[in-house]
Amino acid sequence: MAHAETHDPNTPLEYRSEIGRLNILGFWIFLGAEIALFATLFATYMVLTPRIADGPALGELFEVKSLLIQTFLLLTSSFTCGLAVHEMRRHNVKGLITWMVVTLGLGLGFLYFEIQEFLHFIHEGANIGTSAAWSGFFVLVGTHGAHVTFGIFWVTMVLIQVAKRGLTPATSAKVFITSLYWHFLDVVWIFIFTAVYLMGMVMHHG
Amino acid sequence: MAKTTAEHHGFPWKHLIGFVLSIVLTLFALWVALYTDLSVTWILIIIFGFAILQAALQLLMFMHVTENSTSSNLTSRVQIGNILFAAFVAIVIVIGSVWVLTAGHAKHDKHDEPKTENHGGSHDSEEHGSH
Repeated sequence: MAHAETHDPNTPLEYRSEIGRLNILGFWIFLGAEIALFATLFATYMVLTPRIADGPALGELFEVKSLLIQTFLLLTSSFTCGLAVHEMRRHNVKGLITWMVVTLGLGLGFLYFEIQEFLHFIHEGANIGTSAAWSGFFVLVGTHGAHVTFGIFWVTMVLIQVAKRGLTPATSAKVFITSLYWHFLDVVWIFIFTAVYLMGMVMHHG
Repeated sequence: MAKTTAEHHGFPWKHLIGFVLSIVLTLFALWVALYTDLSVTWILIIIFGFAILQAALQLLMFMHVTENSTSSNLTSRVQIGNILFAAFVAIVIVIGSVWVLTAGHAKHDKHDEPKTENHGGSHDSEEHGSH
């Protein structure tokens, strides 16, 4: 374990430049702040869950099928995003772009089913103004959905840059950071899956 | 432990294992929540346990949180320390808010009813909210 600072030929490209290393470390710290942000939304949601006013109870409208489709789309997209970074580290630009495009497709699929679900809830008489509980639901799940939407634009732009400039220490650090962001969105979804959907259905039926 | 090196060339086993385990945990949590006769408390403990496990899987298998960008372990320690601290903050915010706000309501509701000092035991503590 000598202190060879850089340029072990095995060091991934994204860690080769000082700015790449600092950006990645800084992004990890940003993710810590994102965790705190989502925690406040989860707290709000969980406190307001029983306050359903005259609207439907949360668990009443949740459907297993739609939930599983969304969950598997996002989970698989997190996996393919990991494969994209794996390909990047083998300096395979084509593999990187292919897996990232698959990731974006799955992300779009997720958004499609999420929007369908929101429309279904609204059709059933539960919109963001129906009750405190549904406000909490739409703000929490909607903030996650907005993050996914932003992620799709961000990844697309980074991919365009990779296609134009190839893999450099700068572009590969950007790809790596977007991959952290994308995986993080799946982590948030795991907790939405558990705390919102599963818990909502358990409380309603059990 | 120079974690940045090697292991990026062969088949992505780490990713595949993480993916399969995530699917298993997701389906098992769903099964426990909807198709077992366990008490609500136990269901919640199990599904939140699985959620934390699955989040850890993502961090370790997909996000390489233990990876270092320099040959010292400083960056991985900052990354892991920061995420653990964030998780601590999240738990305090969520559990603290639910505890303070719903426990207050439960007590407040009780004033309206004739005095039946029934603490109900620890098992029913989640049921306060359903009114």
